[in-house]
Amino acid sequence: MRIEETENEIVEEFEIFGDWMEKYEHIIEIGNSVPKIDEKYKDEAHEIKGCQSKVWLHSELKDGKIIYSADSDAIITKGLVGLVIRVFSDHTPEEIISADIRFIDKIGLHEHLSPTRSNGLTAMIKQIKLDALAHRELGIKN
Amino acid sequence: MDIAVKSKELNKELDVEAIRKDFPILHTKVHGQPIVYFDNAATSQKPLVVLDAIQEYYKETNSNVHRGIHYLSNKATNEFEASRKTIAAHLNASHEEIIFTRGTTEAINLVAFSYGEAFVKSGDEIIISHMEHHSNIVPWQMLCERKNATLKVIPITHEGELKIEEYKKLLSAKTKLVAVNHVSNTLGTINPVREIIELAHAKNIPVLLDGAQAVPHMKVDVKKLDVDFYCFSGHKLFGPTGIGVLYGKSKWLNQMPPYQGGGEMIKQVTLEKTTYNDAPLRFEAGTPNIEASIVLANAIDYVNEIGLDKIAKHENDLLLYATEKLEKIQGLKIIGTAKHKTSVISFVIDGLHPSDIGILLDKQGVAVRTGHHCTQPLIDFYKIPGTVRASFAFYNTFEEIDIFVRALNKAISMLK
Repeated sequence: MRIEETENEIVEEFEIFGDWMEKYEHIIEIGNSVPKIDEKYKDEAHEIKGCQSKVWLHSELKDGKIIYSADSDAIITKGLVGLVIRVFSDHTPEEIISADIRFIDKIGLHEHLSPTRSNGLTAMIKQIKLDALAHRELGIKN
Repeated sequence: MDIAVKSKELNKELDVEAIRKDFPILHTKVHGQPIVYFDNAATSQKPLVVLDAIQEYYKETNSNVHRGIHYLSNKATNEFEASRKTIAAHLNASHEEIIFTRGTTEAINLVAFSYGEAFVKSGDEIIISHMEHHSNIVPWQMLCERKNATLKVIPITHEGELKIEEYKKLLSAKTKLVAVNHVSNTLGTINPVREIIELAHAKNIPVLLDGAQAVPHMKVDVKKLDVDFYCFSGHKLFGPTGIGVLYGKSKWLNQMPPYQGGGEMIKQVTLEKTTYNDAPLRFEAGTPNIEASIVLANAIDYVNEIGLDKIAKHENDLLLYATEKLEKIQGLKIIGTAKHKTSVISFVIDGLHPSDIGILLDKQGVAVRTGHHCTQPLIDFYKIPGTVRASFAFYNTFEEIDIFVRALNKAISMLK
């Protein structure tokens, strides 16, 4: 599925929610089902700076595509990172680097994009793209 | 009951509903709900008299100060200096001991630099406490690094009170300054500053108090305290942002070199040598924040008109009411249970992250702060990721606390 298609899928999913409560309950649910990160990656090297809650992100290249996993000590943050991972995971570094994602605005979570916002969605997306860049650079070198 | 007695009793109570009319922002809605603003320790809201005074300044007074040959400049200078006198009277200081700064942070940095230049040398010690805001830690660390001095820290109890016996042991001939907060921004603890100052003065050591969290809640008398330096911010005292105050005893200020160089702070400049103005102008280089300096006096007048005694009583009632309600919530733990507190409640809830709670409260119109509140060493002391902090001002109500507690219970049920 293309990045844009996953985004549209998420937007549709969120359309059914009538109020903020249902929306956040869904985010919490996603938080509980995020692909588990290997405990050994929950270290400083994998921590995303700029979040009030702790967020760890790990990525690995499999058959030319990046698979992301993440964790957070805050459940809403984990749900947000889960959404972002769902969009980006299983794509090539090139696709990830050039993706211009719009679903966050569309599902009304843009308030979480402010750089000083406690859960630092902007910092997560930046880190996901930086990881993709790193994979691409290393891939070229190897 | 006697009418005179009853009317006196009623006069002690705040008319909160009337007061709320003075604050337009309290009537806005967030996410479709009336706002419950419980983030007053971060910044306070502004009454109409302050908002009007800002407009009025730019409509009728705006001009640069202290250079006046013309009418407006004289008017601006007069109002600027009149404000300094209002602030001085409020603190029971004299006006030449009042320095305008950008805020508490700049006031502390000024002392750390200028007092540090004059009095601190290699091997000396500065004492702070474990419950300081970063703005009363970092400037001293920078000074210590510059001068090869050592920072000493007064430990605290689990309740969030200073260990005075330990403090006594830290005071020595090497100590050049004690810098502690009057009230903790995270815990609400009111520190025994009179005792802290007496103990330091017994060894001829001056004391700086970070009063940012005290001034909005209580009357501060610098003479009675005999404090050497006292700092606070205008924006926490229902005044504008970008203005703060440093009170300093003249005997110190006149021995301290300038903090920044520029206009206003000089007596005479030649290309070879400059002589400096006396305090306070010596420490006010450049065009100041004239508007905010003037309007801070309006904020102080407003608070005094209501009466800090009444404010303190109402806020204490809010604190007790909220504490009782919160303590009933299962798994909730209040961080900071000192005997003497201002209207600040920090708390954590078992298994839940403060930021999750903050987000879900916001969605219900309740503004609190979550995180480390710029007191990371303190948060580390409690071994928690941060707290949720609700802080009340005199315009807050018991009904708002009920709304907050309901919203909190809803957030908990969603997260658990």
